Order: sequence, then structure tokens, then C-alpha cells
Amino acid sequence: MQDSASRFGYFVSPDRQIDFDRNNHEVASKVAAAEPGLNWCISCGTCAATCTAAKFTDFSLRRIILQVKRGELKGLAREAQKCMLCGKCQLVCPRGISTRNLILQINRVLQSENL
Amino acid sequence: MTFDIFVLPFFIGLLFLLTVLFVKFSRWIALIDRSGRRKIGYGLFSMQIFPATAEVFMECLLHRRMWKQNKLLGFMHMSFALGWFLLILMGNIESRVYSGGHINPPYYPIFLKFFVHDKRVLPFELNTMPGFFRFSMDFILLFVLTGIVLALFKRIRSRWFGMKRTTRQSSFDRWAITCLWLIFPMRLLAESLTASHHGGGGFLTNSMGDVLASILPDNFLTSTAYISWWGYSCVLGIFFITLPWSRYMHIPTEVVMIYLKHFGVKSGKTINSFSEIEMRACPRCGVCIDVCQMNTAQKTFSTPVYFLRSLRKKVPVPIVDNNCLLCGRCQQVCPVQIDLLDLRVASRNLDNKQIDKIYSYLPADVPDSKGINVLYFAGCMGHLTPSVKKAMLKIMQAANVKYRFMDADGSICCGRPLMMAGMNNAAHSVMEKNRQIIHASGARILVTSCPICYKMFNEEYKLFGVEVLHHTQYLLRLAEAGSLWLNQSGLSVVYHDPCELGRGSAVYKEPRKLLKRVARLVPVAEEKENALCCGGSLGDFSMDHYQREQIRDAALEVLTRPNPDLLITSCPLCKKTFHNGTDINVKDIAELVAEQMDLPEPVEIDAEELAY
Repeated sequence: MQDSASRFGYFVSPDRQIDFDRNNHEVASKVAAAEPGLNWCISCGTCAATCTAAKFTDFSLRRIILQVKRGELKGLAREAQKCMLCGKCQLVCPRGISTRNLILQINRVLQSENL
Repeated sequence: MTFDIFVLPFFIGLLFLLTVLFVKFSRWIALIDRSGRRKIGYGLFSMQIFPATAEVFMECLLHRRMWKQNKLLGFMHMSFALGWFLLILMGNIESRVYSGGHINPPYYPIFLKFFVHDKRVLPFELNTMPGFFRFSMDFILLFVLTGIVLALFKRIRSRWFGMKRTTRQSSFDRWAITCLWLIFPMRLLAESLTASHHGGGGFLTNSMGDVLASILPDNFLTSTAYISWWGYSCVLGIFFITLPWSRYMHIPTEVVMIYLKHFGVKSGKTINSFSEIEMRACPRCGVCIDVCQMNTAQKTFSTPVYFLRSLRKKVPVPIVDNNCLLCGRCQQVCPVQIDLLDLRVASRNLDNKQIDKIYSYLPADVPDSKGINVLYFAGCMGHLTPSVKKAMLKIMQAANVKYRFMDADGSICCGRPLMMAGMNNAAHSVMEKNRQIIHASGARILVTSCPICYKMFNEEYKLFGVEVLHHTQYLLRLAEAGSLWLNQSGLSVVYHDPCELGRGSAVYKEPRKLLKRVARLVPVAEEKENALCCGGSLGDFSMDHYQREQIRDAALEVLTRPNPDLLITSCPLCKKTFHNGTDINVKDIAELVAEQMDLPEPVEIDAEELAY
């Protein structure tokens, strides 16, 4: 990377377009096969709002689910390992998703795919 | 004559069985860890041997727990077990009478009536030694045969035996059970046919022999007698050979398991050698099937009897392992008292142990707060039911308790949900953090509102110098010490035992005592040890919301039958689960106590009044 002086104040920013066709959808289908609740999620974020772990760190089940669905898996395995399985999200979920099983399945699939 | 070629199937089967059992058991016991083996070593020469032997007699022969379940079921099992045991025991003694006290080859007592025809004694001659034995042996045979009739009848009308559903048998079990059911009728037939032309039968075999002799020709009798002795020997042999891989493996395994349990060997959080013994001690009786609440929500094949079947195959089936509320109703009724919950969690450990967890984000600093007596932990579920938490704080302030609210701004999970998933290492890293916080607080008592946390702190944390109490226990203690003045509201209430507090921790008395001070407690159909699960349990990983609702509604149906003013529970999770399912107001016991509480009157005023 050149320093800013040699860039004359201009540079081309990296491509931020998300190409869904190139993303890995296999994880989403595997997770959905083990826990169909993945597809019921309406991304309301109630789970993230009540989360025990989110009190201490940047952790959001809503974001993890979105990333799995979109196939944006970079750094996701580590992110999903922060859950303590306490089950608060399961009780508040308006869609009645078995969130604890969902996160376990996400953990399992990401880890078995070595992502 | 002390030998005939027909004894060989029996004899080979017996030798085969004994060899297989010896190999299997010595391998399992050799694989038990060092501390377990030491316990066995001490136990064998301790007083524990007596209660263990008594339990073997009560459970393996008399089937006491089966009797508790259902009288007919108990009698059926007892007639098989005790009857067969007595046949072997009495048969052995009887054979000694004829052999002059010598030890006989093992087949000799079994086929005694083939080798010895004692025509001198009459069927009801009880005052001589041979006569007594002849009568008793026939009587015991009749006893076992009634068991077989009942077992056949159970196939048609299992409800009479207190069972709505029975176990689906595997093909190996069908072989074994067919042989088992044939053994005793074959014995009766062989002994009767022999008695018909040789005489020397008891009241049963002699009279049956007479009947057979009157309807069948003589030469036919002699040939069929010999064939039926062959048949008797063969069914015994096949039964013995199939036994180690069939449900009847529970007969020897249960005995070993009872002794090991008395010696202090335990199943752990992972599948170990003792678990191998426990999973084979299951007789597939199916008593666990009916009590399982999963039946109300689904057609389930993950009830303990089927779960153990999948566990024995050594291939983890996560769907079966995960489909369980861990409510413990099955363990409560299990006639063999297998640690079903431990086994379930241990098998989940096989499924989930490779999943890593990271908790390095938990805060490193530990709040320091000296000068308090009580540490209050609302828990994750407690934070979802703020009314419970508020009620507890109100009560403790009113009672002038020097407390600190440990998780006032968000709790770190106690680790039990992780442990229920079999993720022990992950659970321990969470536990370590909580342990530091608890010990740094200097509190002597840890009060928790959530039974899940209570069970965890109480059993797993090993908090030396800190007493762990559930809020029902603590509030009762406050009330009994006079720190709380409670009014009797007169409301009729039913109490729901949370699984983790009731069956999980055996706290039944305290909540009821406390409730009786503030309300009129109405009994419900299924309570205490038999209490129903609310359906919200964190133990299950596979059910969806709608199945949970069905379980909840079935439980509510039982709980609200007395039409109470209030439905009281002592678990925030149960409260939250029940809340949406009924018109009856659902409250935690702490909320009711907080409502019915008066501030204690100052003692000085009383003293002044007395002075005047």
C-alpha cells in the first residue's frame, strides 16, 4: 500500500459489492436442514437485544443469522463461539425459533467446514 | 444314569454364556478408572456389601419398584425372576438328596426328572424330604407359568398392567423372548410326559401326565417324552446364547450395577466404562415411555429405552440425544434406577465435544464488595422476569439483609445450559468467572432465583464456605427467623414443582411450607416427584416452539384443574412458559411473599407499651 502522499489524495477503494452468487450457501442449507428455524427468522433483533453475551462483547445472533444466510462467513466461526447457550433469546423470539439449537448447528457446520 | 446326549445344547449354551459374560464384565471393570477400581476394592470388604445384596434381592428378584408401578406388572416380573431363581436353588438341593450330597454336573438338577424316577413318594406327601421337594418344585413351576400367562396377556391388554405403550422389540429380543416363554412350558411338558409312564411327578406334572396318558397311546408317550426333553434343552441353550445381545443381558448386568453403585462408582459427564454397564442394565420394560411428556407433542422414539438402544450401538444420533427435556420423570420411575439424565448428557458430550467456545471476552476485573452476608443471583431467566427480581430485592430490603445483587447489570450464565449440551469444558470456563466473583464478594450465602442456577451452584461449583440457597429456601428461613412478617392472603393456590428444583435438587418441603404461610395450598394430581415439566426446559435442543406449547398446555391442564386463584411456581423459566398459556394468574413464590409482607414493627415500641 502506498502512503497517502504518493496517492495524491485519491485512491480506488476496495470493491464493497457483495456478490451473492459467489458466496458460500452450503453452510446455510446445512444449518437449515438441521434446524429449520434458520428460515423463519425475520431479523427483528430481539435475540440480540436480550443476549447475555452481548452485555460483555460485540455479539449478535441476528447478525450471525444474516451472515449465514448471505454466505458471508469470514470470521463468523469465531464470532458464533461466543454464545453461552443460556436460552434468553429462545424465550423472547417472536417466531419461536429454537435459537440454542440454531447456534449449536451453526457452530457445528462452520467448524466441520473449517471456516 | 447321569448323562444323556440331549443335555448338550443346554450345557454348551451355558458354557458359552458364562464365557461371554466373564469376558464382557472383566473388560468393563478393567476399563473403570483408577479411583473407581479402588472404590470397588474397598467396597467388596466393607459393610456396603449387605445393603447392596439386600437391594439385589428386593429389585432383581422381588421387583419392588415394579410392584410400586403396578401390582400385576410386579407379580409378572416377580414370578419370572423369583420363580426361576427358586427353581434353580431348590432343584440343586433336590438333586443333592438323590445323589447323596455330592456336587452334580450343572445339567443334572435341570433335567433331574429325566434321570430319577422316584415312584415311592405320592404327589402330596409333604412330610418326607423327596415329597417336599417334589411338591415345591411343581408349585414353583406353576408360579412361573402364571407369569408367562400374564406376559402373554400383557401383549393383548397392556393397560391392565399400567402401561399404555410398550417397547418395540428388536429382532434379537424377539428370539430371546420366544425361547424364554417356551422354557417353562417345555419343562412342564417334558416332566409330565415322563411322569405319565414312569410315575414320580408332583401334583402338577403327575396329574397332567395322567391326563396325557388317558388320551395318548403308550408308545407315542415314550417317544414324545424324549423329544420334549431335547426341546427343553434346546430352548434353554438358544436363550443362553442369545442372552448377551438381547434385553435379558439386564439380568446379570443389573446385579453388577447395583453392587458398583453401592461401592460408590458413578457415571460421569462423559461416557465411561460404568455407563457401558448402565446402558446394558436397561431391561427395555418400557415404563419410561408413558411418563415421557414428549408423547404429548410428538410420536417420539427418543424416550430412554430407545435412547439407550441407540447409545449401545455406539454411533451418536444427535436427533435422539437432543430430543429430551431432561425433566427427570423417566429416572424417577425407572425400575433399575439407571442414571438416565447423566447418560443423556454424556451422549451429548459425544455429539458436541468438538465444538469450541470462546469466553475470553468476559470481564477480567472482579467487583470487590466486603461487608455483605448475602449475594443474590437472579440468573439469565431471572432477568427475563423482572417482577421476580424486584420482589426479591424488595423482600431483602424489608428484612434488612446486607446483600449485593451479583448480576445487577447482566449476569454471566451459570454454565448449566452448556453442561446440558454436554459441553463441559466450555461450562467450566464460564463457571470459573462466576466462582471468582462469588468468592471475592465475601458473602456466606448465595441466593438464586433460578432453579437451574441453583442446581449448578449447589452441585458443580464446590463453593467452600458459601451456602447455596434457592430463594424459596432463603425466604422460608427469613420467615421462620421472624425477619419477615407475612399475612395469610386466603387465596387458593396450586404449586408447580420446577424440574430442576424438585426432582433435580429434591427441594419439595420449603416452597410448600412458605406457601402455607401466605396462601391456601391446593394439591394437584401430579406433584412433587411426579410433577410435570412446563415444556420450557433448556434441556431440549430439538423441539420447536409449537411442540413446547403442546407440552405446556397438557401440564397446565393438570395444574389448573382445581381452578385456583393463582398458579405459583418458583422458577422464572416455568413462570415465563406458563404465563402465555392460561387465564389464571401465574406468579413466582417470591412475588406472592412480597405482596403479603408487612414491615416488621419496631421492637422498641412493644417494650414501651409493656412498661406502661
